[in-house]
Amino acid sequence: MGYTLAQKVWNRHIVRQEDGAPDLLYIDLHLVNEVTSPQAFEGLRLSGRTVRRPDLTLAMEDHNIPTTDLLKPIADPVSALQIQTLRQNCQEFAVRLFTMGHREQGIVHVVGPQLGLTQPGMTIVCGDSHTSTHGAFGALAFGIGTSEAEHVLATQTLSAKPFKTMAVNIDGDLAPGVSSKDVILALIAQIGTGGGQGYVLEYRGSAVAAMSMEARMTMCNMSIEAGARAGLIAPDQVTLDYLRGRKHAPAGQDWEEASAYWLSLASDADARYDAEVTLRAADISPFVTWGTNPAQGTPVSGSVPFPENFTDAKEQAAAERALAYMGLEPGTLIRDITVDSVFLGSCTNGRIEDLRAAAEVLRGRSVKSGLRMLVVPGSMRVKVQAEAEGLDRIFLDAGAEWRFAGCSMCLGMNPDQVGPGQRCASTSNRNFEGRQGQGSRTHLVSPVVAAATAIRGTISTPADLN
Amino acid sequence: MQKFSTHTGTGIPLRRTNVDTDQIIPSTFLKRITRTGFEDALFAQWRKDPSFVLNQPAYRSGSVLVAGADFGTGSSREHAVWALLDYGIKVVVSSRFADIFRGNSGKAGLLAAQVSEPDLALLWDALDSDPGAEIRVDLPDQRINCADLTVPFDVDPYVKWRLERGYDDISLTEQHSSLITAFETSRPRFMPACSN
Repeated sequence: MGYTLAQKVWNRHIVRQEDGAPDLLYIDLHLVNEVTSPQAFEGLRLSGRTVRRPDLTLAMEDHNIPTTDLLKPIADPVSALQIQTLRQNCQEFAVRLFTMGHREQGIVHVVGPQLGLTQPGMTIVCGDSHTSTHGAFGALAFGIGTSEAEHVLATQTLSAKPFKTMAVNIDGDLAPGVSSKDVILALIAQIGTGGGQGYVLEYRGSAVAAMSMEARMTMCNMSIEAGARAGLIAPDQVTLDYLRGRKHAPAGQDWEEASAYWLSLASDADARYDAEVTLRAADISPFVTWGTNPAQGTPVSGSVPFPENFTDAKEQAAAERALAYMGLEPGTLIRDITVDSVFLGSCTNGRIEDLRAAAEVLRGRSVKSGLRMLVVPGSMRVKVQAEAEGLDRIFLDAGAEWRFAGCSMCLGMNPDQVGPGQRCASTSNRNFEGRQGQGSRTHLVSPVVAAATAIRGTISTPADLN
Repeated sequence: MQKFSTHTGTGIPLRRTNVDTDQIIPSTFLKRITRTGFEDALFAQWRKDPSFVLNQPAYRSGSVLVAGADFGTGSSREHAVWALLDYGIKVVVSSRFADIFRGNSGKAGLLAAQVSEPDLALLWDALDSDPGAEIRVDLPDQRINCADLTVPFDVDPYVKWRLERGYDDISLTEQHSSLITAFETSRPRFMPACSN
């Protein structure tokens, strides 16, 4: 019997295997941020340990930093101390750090691929659950906690048990205006927030093969929202084309060797998965969440559900609670929901293709009066690229705000927040209670739905603008 | 990490599913750089509601949280585990845990005890019929007692072994540092490094 992609990558990284114990797995790249690392570095200091492989460790300021007025001191003293602590730790332990304002700074899951540091067949971890993003390259990439981060810093390994594998087959063509964000939201609605628990989701099929690397990253990014440890896509020509020539990608003879190896990682034809689920691409339409977990979603053409229509009593209770929090009446058409703000950005949808798609919708149009639209590029490079293409002008002319790179309003750790009771159409990844600010109400959408919603003020698709 | 064998304490019924880590500890508290002192952050939003279970006198000194399926979904923040521990929670009982949360619990010394859906309902009923009732959690036997109810729970055997001994993961791994060094010499040359 053959091996799946996940099994191949896992097996190539086993340092030690013993019955009854987790495998000791080598980690090729450890990404570090200011929020989940201070206690890990402190642990090293207290035990007199060092960072084993600073050369395989990259630190980033992304979570709590402001996205405006970068030259002023950070106003919030607690955030400022956290940033200062990361800087001191990186200096003390010789870890490379991209600070805010640096041309390579950005959300670490946007920057890794951009630099070519994310490559097929690698193991990548970070104290951030959206590390699953890097799985789009066929890298086994997953979020870890701070204790595990300390373990990786000290030993460059992680002790872990192999994940189960789930094939997610998506065949056919996506309709115009339907993006990989809609696909992943539809999948999560189908299998639930716990549906992927314990699994690596491997996205396969002709619809996935037709996607760009950036679209693939959006899907893998939200695998965690289905409860999965990671998302994976087999490396193919699209992957190679993306990587070739990037700063940290192999070159010359190394490229030949590496690319042959990468292409060999695809799951074998006779590999067996622990579970399988199938979506028909043609059935998927623009999607939006109505509740307070990412599985509570529906097509934009639909309406807010009636809790009593859920057969499961717990789902019914969860829907009732969610609608009360969201301030929504059952039966309301999704297209009748009015929003106060729109957020375009995050590690899910803050890449150049996302900005291009949204800008195309906004070109020559205006954000609805009274509505706030915040556009936050996923990295400084994305920002520079967007400005070279004139996208910033389109956003600014439409009445949106154009910011520096960071996690921003996805999780409201910096001043970019949605106010209490305010409703936001957001291209981010989580619609949890209070996620974007205390009392905030989030509807997860794709970049083009976000743009159309900003124009009309109600949840809309670009087709509604005609 | 402290050793864990058995624990007896007041059970807290949290009848909600999908208790995500943004609820357990909102992101605003993640700016702190300490590993302790998060007790005020636990369920910070929900605790503003006087009817929330932790605000009811019977459960104020509770230490065994009994919650619905998909506990700990969302962010990887280990602060969620620290906040539970700092508040005084020693055990979380649920019918399903998010993977990263469960992993973090095992590393930080919080027992995440998984029970079946029917047993979870029985525990909730037992706690509701006698608010403030004690629960006894026995790790070696993997059993939970509440009044005359006894239910089994699942825990990863390796995590159990470590919790019972209070072993620190890093020291265990450092015993194999020669294997790590050997592995490093076999890595392909084309693998990237951040430093160049």
